[in-house]
Amino acid sequence: MDHIVIIGNGISGVTAARHIRKLSDKKITIVSAETDYFFSRTALMYIYMGHMKFEHTQPYEDWFWEKNRIDLKKGYVKHIDTGAKTLQFAEGDTLSYDKLIIATGSKPNKFGWPGQDLDGVMGMYHKQDLENLEHFAPNNKACKRAVIVGGGLIGIELAEMLNSRNIPVTFLVRESSFWNGVLPEGESAMINRHIQNHHIDLRLNANLKEIIADQNGKAKSIIIQETGEEIVCDVVGLTAGVSPNIDFIKASNIETGRGVKVNRYLETNIPDVYAVGDCAEQHEGINGRRPIEAVWYTGRMMGETVAQTICGNRIQYNPGHWFNSAKFLDIEYQTYGWVFSQPRENESHFHWKHEDDTKCITVCYDKHTNQFLGINTFGIRMRHDVFDNWLTEKRSVDYVMEHLSEANFDPEFYKTYESAIFSAFKNELQTV
Amino acid sequence: MSLAKPDAVDISNTQKIALAIGILGLFILALALFNTNFPNKGLFLTLALAFITIGTIVYSRDAYLTKLEGIKNDAVWFKSISSRGAWGWILGVVLTSFYIVLYFYPKYLGLGENGASNTGLISLFDPLSHLLSGRNASQWFVYGTLYTIAILAFGYKFMLKYRHNRYQQLRTASVMFFQLGFAFLIPEFMYVMNSDLPYYDLKSIWPLNYYIFDEWSVKGFLSNGNIGLGLILFGIISIFVITPILTYKYGKRWYCSWVCGCGGLAETAGDPFRQLSSKKMSAWKLERWLIHTVLVFSVVMTVAMVYTYLGYDHNAFWLTKDLFIALVIGFLTLIFAGVMYFKRKELGKDAKYGAIGYFVVIALLLLMHLTGTTEHVFFVKGGDLRAAYGIYIGSIFSGVIGTGFYPILGSRAWCRFGCPMAAILGFQQRLFSKFRITTNGGQCISCGNCSNSCEMGIDVRAYAQKGENIVRSSCVGCGICSAVCPRGVLKLENDSMKGRINPTEILLGNDVDLMDLVNKK
Repeated sequence: MDHIVIIGNGISGVTAARHIRKLSDKKITIVSAETDYFFSRTALMYIYMGHMKFEHTQPYEDWFWEKNRIDLKKGYVKHIDTGAKTLQFAEGDTLSYDKLIIATGSKPNKFGWPGQDLDGVMGMYHKQDLENLEHFAPNNKACKRAVIVGGGLIGIELAEMLNSRNIPVTFLVRESSFWNGVLPEGESAMINRHIQNHHIDLRLNANLKEIIADQNGKAKSIIIQETGEEIVCDVVGLTAGVSPNIDFIKASNIETGRGVKVNRYLETNIPDVYAVGDCAEQHEGINGRRPIEAVWYTGRMMGETVAQTICGNRIQYNPGHWFNSAKFLDIEYQTYGWVFSQPRENESHFHWKHEDDTKCITVCYDKHTNQFLGINTFGIRMRHDVFDNWLTEKRSVDYVMEHLSEANFDPEFYKTYESAIFSAFKNELQTV
Repeated sequence: MSLAKPDAVDISNTQKIALAIGILGLFILALALFNTNFPNKGLFLTLALAFITIGTIVYSRDAYLTKLEGIKNDAVWFKSISSRGAWGWILGVVLTSFYIVLYFYPKYLGLGENGASNTGLISLFDPLSHLLSGRNASQWFVYGTLYTIAILAFGYKFMLKYRHNRYQQLRTASVMFFQLGFAFLIPEFMYVMNSDLPYYDLKSIWPLNYYIFDEWSVKGFLSNGNIGLGLILFGIISIFVITPILTYKYGKRWYCSWVCGCGGLAETAGDPFRQLSSKKMSAWKLERWLIHTVLVFSVVMTVAMVYTYLGYDHNAFWLTKDLFIALVIGFLTLIFAGVMYFKRKELGKDAKYGAIGYFVVIALLLLMHLTGTTEHVFFVKGGDLRAAYGIYIGSIFSGVIGTGFYPILGSRAWCRFGCPMAAILGFQQRLFSKFRITTNGGQCISCGNCSNSCEMGIDVRAYAQKGENIVRSSCVGCGICSAVCPRGVLKLENDSMKGRINPTEILLGNDVDLMDLVNKK
């Protein structure tokens, strides 16, 4: 009987394991150094905020694994010997496999800042980061100010977390506006204002120069590159993106670039070794996607796909229309299809914003063919399946705008904005 | 992981003052309880209730209106009172003790016995009772008043907490209205108009209202002409006509989280405890056995009670014991056969349990009919059976455990494990209703906020992360899972029955061919 070993118990590895179990009787072992059981990484923030306890972030009860004959091993893989098909653990023991799935996820980026490894400096990715934060920032007496470096999705979540305990936050964002490498200008500007409405000290165009230590080796302040200003703080959050967590693989025969190199079948250069999720790097991005996709949903999709291949139905990773979601403090964000921060050559954007400054949408379409290409929606929930169909059917932007109410997914009795959006859309077309 | 209780969740000075005002109001009630004889009862009662209400209002305004609109669950698992800490247990003990005294020892609350006038806490409420209905207060009047105040004051708090969410605001306004009007004021006014009518909260439907078909109740109605007849007919129509229609269209939420008083208290005063319900599979199994056992008990008990006061002679009254038993068995058989014929597939393994339940009820009814007399059913006095139900289900389960244990079991322990009305509505919701919670394609991130905040202990995430709609008999449609979802994944809605239950293996967003291959197997 094949022994399938999966390194990493995140969404990618666990999805792969669940699907392999559904499709086969193979022996399955999931290895993790982080936790005993699978938990939802995206929910770590809610533990610190007191919305949930750690056990609530675990989607399956503890008996689930034994019942489904999925063995769990806690250990840190030090080296993969692909010749002997054996894992060597830091703890000294070994584990042999027939097929190996690497699903080790990401780690927070550090760009060689002076002081980046001091006490009180942390990312917000692993459970250990959360424990660290709890230690250094239990309340606003122990932590009088925190500085967050990096204006992305994790940065704003960390800001929300600290805000929930009334800890003052200074938020350093390298770009001229929050996440404007991804979000179009109007949306990004709205989020800037929303961050400031939460009394977060948002500093745009601000890079970290260095973190200064006190006599105990703990961070006591940071210096801003551009202004030289020193900001006194007790905690520094490094949230300038993530990169594949693959250092332990570099010494093996498995080909790596920024991530573990895989083909469309999620196979590495070594037979019987696969990689999925954040740590996998495609040779070329698929359908306009990036070669490395560090997103919950893509990790899940790769897990679903690789399970098929391992169980005898060899298929390519061929994701459908792009979608994603996030929440910026109180404002929910969903996206379907492609909306880039700047319209590309053939594209045009239509932007609508509600006067209360917490809801807006941006629709991207082809200005020659009028084909609908994607939508960003803030503060209005929309239906995934409806947009997925419209994208498949290559609907025109006019059709989409006219039928937008069919995609509304807000709770019952909510005010609707589709007619306001539609008339704004028609007006804009007439003035052009 | 050892998470220190952070000091940062300390309440503000305004909130401290508000808390002090509220406690002052409770203190007046406590003084009355210990037989302090206030000179002007009306004044002190007004002060007590006003202090409690004002304290809650000021506290809520400071807690929610000083922040931007959004989800306000910060620190619920840190605060002692809402995370089964010391304050939670203290509150649980206080509430439980209150319920025990209320149900079993009302004299300690000051109820005057054998015509004696009230003393203590109950006498404090005499002025209000006189104002409304011209009679002295009872322990039930005291309880009803405090219950109504709790729903109104904490309902206001809840509406501020969810001031960005109109669904939450409307249904809260609805339970506040039904509690104040239907449960509290209208029965008092009905008494003023016709003091012979039995107490009747029009929105309380059999079998939740387990005494409506008692002999004294039915006689009380029937001896009051057309009004009484109309009321008892309304009671029958409520369960057999109105309930099925509304549940088909909107799910059981129309009752459980828009109308019901038990639900009303759970959704308002009970809201801080909603996350305490157990989401374990074992709790779900217990729930299914327990709630259906109570349903069987309540059906058999009610039939037995009616049976004892019906006669044998069809010339005296058309509904005789024989005819009644035949009608009940016929009706149950019709439902059973219909479900088995139309919904056999959907029921799956559960069909077996349904069949067991059906045959147990029929066997019990036949046994009763063959051995029962006017006085005795199941070889015990009919009245004893009814009394046992009243004590164990009506008082201990729904009151003492259901509400007293809010800070331990969560706010809907009675609704989830015991309420026979919820069992009937849930059965219909699962099989014959347009209601579902729709899952938004593949957008779930398994964070668990939905499951955590489900007061009925449904593991909502288990469905959402599979891209599957949530169709569960226990769902009361409170809508909080949808509200707290950070990714806009859940929506309560009424849509067609087709495709309502949609288990999927591969979620939307992946390879369309793979989805076809796996999901259509």
